[in-house]
Amino acid sequence: MIAIIKFPGTTCEFDVFKALSEAKIPATVVKYKEFDPDKFKGVILPGGFSFGDYLRAGSIAANTETIKDIKRMANEGKPVIGICNGFQILVESGLLKGALLPNLKLRFISKWVYLKVVRTDTVLTKGLEKNKILKMPIAHAEGRYYVDDIEYAKNNMVMQYTDNLGNVTEDANPNGSLFNIASIANEEGNVIGMMPHPERASFKLTSPDGSTDGLLLLKGLAKWV
Amino acid sequence: MIYNVELIIINKDIVRDPEGETLQKYVIEKFARDVLETRVGKYIQFKVEASNEDSARKLVEKIAVEGKLYNPIVHKIIVRVNKQ
Repeated sequence: MIAIIKFPGTTCEFDVFKALSEAKIPATVVKYKEFDPDKFKGVILPGGFSFGDYLRAGSIAANTETIKDIKRMANEGKPVIGICNGFQILVESGLLKGALLPNLKLRFISKWVYLKVVRTDTVLTKGLEKNKILKMPIAHAEGRYYVDDIEYAKNNMVMQYTDNLGNVTEDANPNGSLFNIASIANEEGNVIGMMPHPERASFKLTSPDGSTDGLLLLKGLAKWV
Repeated sequence: MIYNVELIIINKDIVRDPEGETLQKYVIEKFARDVLETRVGKYIQFKVEASNEDSARKLVEKIAVEGKLYNPIVHKIIVRVNKQ
């Protein structure tokens, strides 16, 4: 069973739940104070605006006891996935290295983007072809990934923003992220953060061209339930 | 003794600050050409009871680090202490 954690202000928990159901992954939504780490084999921190994005997106959730429990799970090798605000919580808590700064153009950006899978040894991308192009939506104001360790960034990035042919260009970089990074993981590949929303790219009816690339990622959790 | 402790969280010099850049370009430069750079940060004010200035400062620094009020990868902090 996968836990989908709800903080006050989290908004994407039921979308993630529905997408996991579509991927046939058993999951349940858990309020952050009621989370019992022993009952779950993995965790998803969904998107939204936890604690109103006060101070910085994700910074208050990062200080909760729930995150301490999740750190222990991560150290045991269990999958810990952060989507959008969940990714912001992962970097604020130090579960992933780096920071998510306000977008370079300072706007909230909501649009579909192309992504290239560059790492295929993570929980979510194992089995996918290297350099495969995926299409998913982003929706965030603070998504400019930055880290002061260039080698770490190069070796651990999982997905990059690209054009439709998979070229990593400045034009395809929506927020000014270092190396067009849309997703990064720890070295072990069990803690993964991503700004794109796979749960919003999991249903034919609600994607612009009927593609369901988000499911390709979420199905990676099947081995863990 | 009660101290006013001010904590400023601001991007490190090597991290771009688009808010400061925009302010510089569209407001500051209208008034002055000799302002070379503008950077925007966050300001938090604490009222602290402490035996001396140094311990008030250390307490706020500890909160800033352990409470993750800043992310040392991208931010630096400035702490100022004044007697109330």
